[in-house]
Amino acid sequence: MNKVKSIYRKNPEMSRLLLIMACWLIFMMFTQAEKFFTGINFLTMAGQFPEYGLMALGCMLCMITGGIDLSVVGTANMASILSVYTMMHFFGEEGPMPLSFSAVIFLIAILTGVVVGSVNAFLISCLGVPPILATLGMNELLTGLCIVFTNGSAVSSFPKQFCDFFSGNFMGFIPRRLIVFIVVAVLIWFMLEKCTYGTKLRLYGTNAHVAKFSGINTHALLFRTYITSSVCAALGGLMMLATYSSARADYGSNYTMQAILLVVLGGVSPNGGKGKISGVITAIVLLKMIESGINRFRSVSTYYVTLIWGAVLILALVIDYFSQKPKSTK
Amino acid sequence: MTQSLLKAEHVKISFGNVHALKDVSLEILPGEIHCLAGENGCGKSTIIKIISGVYQRDGGTIEFGGKKLEKISPIDAINMGIQVIYQDFALFPNLTVAENLALNTELASGKKTVRWKEVRKIAQEAVAKINFEVDLDQKVQELTVAQKQMVAISRALMSNARLIIMDEPTTALTKKEVTALFKIILKLKEQGIAILFISHKLNEVFEISDRFTIFRNGEMIATGSTKELDDKKFTYYMTGREFSDQIFTPENVSDKPVLELKNLTLEGAFSDISFSLRKGEILGITGLLDSGRTELALSMFGLKPADSGQILKDGTPVKITNPREAIDNKIGYVPEDRLSEGLFLTQSIADNIIISEIDRLKKKNGMFDLKKRNEEVEKWVKELEIKTKNPDNPATTLSGGNQQRIVLAKWLACNLDVLILNGPTVGVDIGSKHDIHMVLQKLANQGLGVIIISDDLPEVIQNCSRVLVIRNGKIKSEYDTQKVSEQMIIDDMM
Repeated sequence: MNKVKSIYRKNPEMSRLLLIMACWLIFMMFTQAEKFFTGINFLTMAGQFPEYGLMALGCMLCMITGGIDLSVVGTANMASILSVYTMMHFFGEEGPMPLSFSAVIFLIAILTGVVVGSVNAFLISCLGVPPILATLGMNELLTGLCIVFTNGSAVSSFPKQFCDFFSGNFMGFIPRRLIVFIVVAVLIWFMLEKCTYGTKLRLYGTNAHVAKFSGINTHALLFRTYITSSVCAALGGLMMLATYSSARADYGSNYTMQAILLVVLGGVSPNGGKGKISGVITAIVLLKMIESGINRFRSVSTYYVTLIWGAVLILALVIDYFSQKPKSTK
Repeated sequence: MTQSLLKAEHVKISFGNVHALKDVSLEILPGEIHCLAGENGCGKSTIIKIISGVYQRDGGTIEFGGKKLEKISPIDAINMGIQVIYQDFALFPNLTVAENLALNTELASGKKTVRWKEVRKIAQEAVAKINFEVDLDQKVQELTVAQKQMVAISRALMSNARLIIMDEPTTALTKKEVTALFKIILKLKEQGIAILFISHKLNEVFEISDRFTIFRNGEMIATGSTKELDDKKFTYYMTGREFSDQIFTPENVSDKPVLELKNLTLEGAFSDISFSLRKGEILGITGLLDSGRTELALSMFGLKPADSGQILKDGTPVKITNPREAIDNKIGYVPEDRLSEGLFLTQSIADNIIISEIDRLKKKNGMFDLKKRNEEVEKWVKELEIKTKNPDNPATTLSGGNQQRIVLAKWLACNLDVLILNGPTVGVDIGSKHDIHMVLQKLANQGLGVIIISDDLPEVIQNCSRVLVIRNGKIKSEYDTQKVSEQMIIDDMM
């Protein structure tokens, strides 16, 4: 029992999510075993979460600094629309487009991220605009630009080689979108745990003033953070493009709140200074399982998904409260 | 023999397994100024809370005005005439002075409407008792700390107080304000009110009190007349250790200055500041709170870059416009307010130590060298004797003195040439204070140039070889500390 406790203490955010996940899996086993526990279902799930999972990973970094990134969805759509127009420009509406051109697509997404992230960081770091306002404004601006570019309608006549490739599987069963997600997640894990960046980020999030007094280059830190966040979001946009085979100004508009929910659920403190990528990834997987599980019940409307997510968030916070309580009363 | 006003004997209290007070006695005579001293955590605050009825004692007897008291509730304490002025004063910041003063009386009268004339009258009477001049319609949050304290004292006097307890009343006051406060305390004494004055500052104890009591670790160590007390005994009673109060003489001073300032000016803060600092020397800078001494330090560290003038490092002019550049030039700064400027309180002791040198803890491939990090942490925890079982614990788990050592360790780890310390021992108890001084002296002898900015004059005189007095943003005078008295410095400061 003590061993279990010490494991729980070590990473309570992740442990409590795994606990909820185990309960849910057991529940599904008794009710929907033959539909839920299939290889196909797990593959579908693995292909779907990377698009908002990527946005959540970026948002996590911003939240560790005590900030937030509300411009993820705008950035994602901007990246996918710019990519689509580039493809149309070079290869017409029909194509064909050589698959190697995908490298250029990724480059466009990364550039979009760098530009958006730099502007965000400039507003926050140099002009002192609160992150919540700077990124909210940025999101509106980007969405507006996307609507102007596309006249508000979906753009779907462009060469589909990119979409077909990334909506497909590697070796027949591993979704390629999942691979993109894993690569980005490993990179971010490396930045947080193996580089000095992680320590600086957490300390800055604890107290930005002291960070300045300690000689941390806070401007560079914020630029790096917000650029990484926007690049993640732009890559998420490419994954969305692959899923929908089209680009539109208002795809995934509920992903902003979803990303924030995932980050908080994953144990990142909205006040900054605390957070682990393992918790956020567990949260991403858990929510996908719950969403997918609910969809297996014919009688339950998909509208309930939002309700259940809210319930899970509150449940996680309640478990957190009770598991910390004995500590504080001692 | 006069009968005592308050007599507490063999008082005990424990919280869980912690024996906060093991066996303490405290006797206060009517109309005396009694000083209660002791280091942090010695039980000073606990005994106040027992006397004022916040905590209930586990054992011992308490008599007040000759009557034995079994159980004290806060209301009993107030009715008997015991008033406590806490460090945060317990005032309503959003109400006016008059409202704050009249609130209790108004509530007690049970009327549903406010009679503003009455409120003013009550308030005027209250402030008149200590000749305190203030705009009664001003909101309390707009007052200075000293003014707030006066409001709190006025309020305490409204209900016929016989004993006023002041919990470290001078902590946030300037020298002038302390003098004014002492005048009022003496006046209260004339009116026959006893004062229990809590402080751990030696000079205050000597200046104001008739008798003293010293606690250490929840036990009473000494009590008696202040006349029989001297510096040495006081420190010994407080800490249980003996310190030599030798004046530091640097052994290893370089010929060339390591840092020079030439006509440094920052509009509205200081102007025309020039001085030089040599390696191995400790230079003191002193002045009143608003003299520009803090701004000067911030300028040297790049947080408030100067408008004009030059900073020379090792003889060459350098540009310092942000802390990064200061650190690159091997200049470090221990800030005034440890809690809000010096420490990441909720983060680990280890991270707090290595944060400023973190860029040097990288492997060749850019990765964080965790092995080297842990070595550094271990080295500095040992070197500065930071008392912790595990450096991964958050900095909040440590006492003030140990926290200050973390801040020192952070800078020493950067391998500096110049270290500027602003109020290095504010809120640190005597034992730790002495240890921090020893560390600074040792560092100076190893060749570090140290600047101590402080208005704790004994600290400046004991540690520094020279002292600059700043007044209204200008250097008023410079003294050799071997040939200066505290009074000379004070005259120049005011």
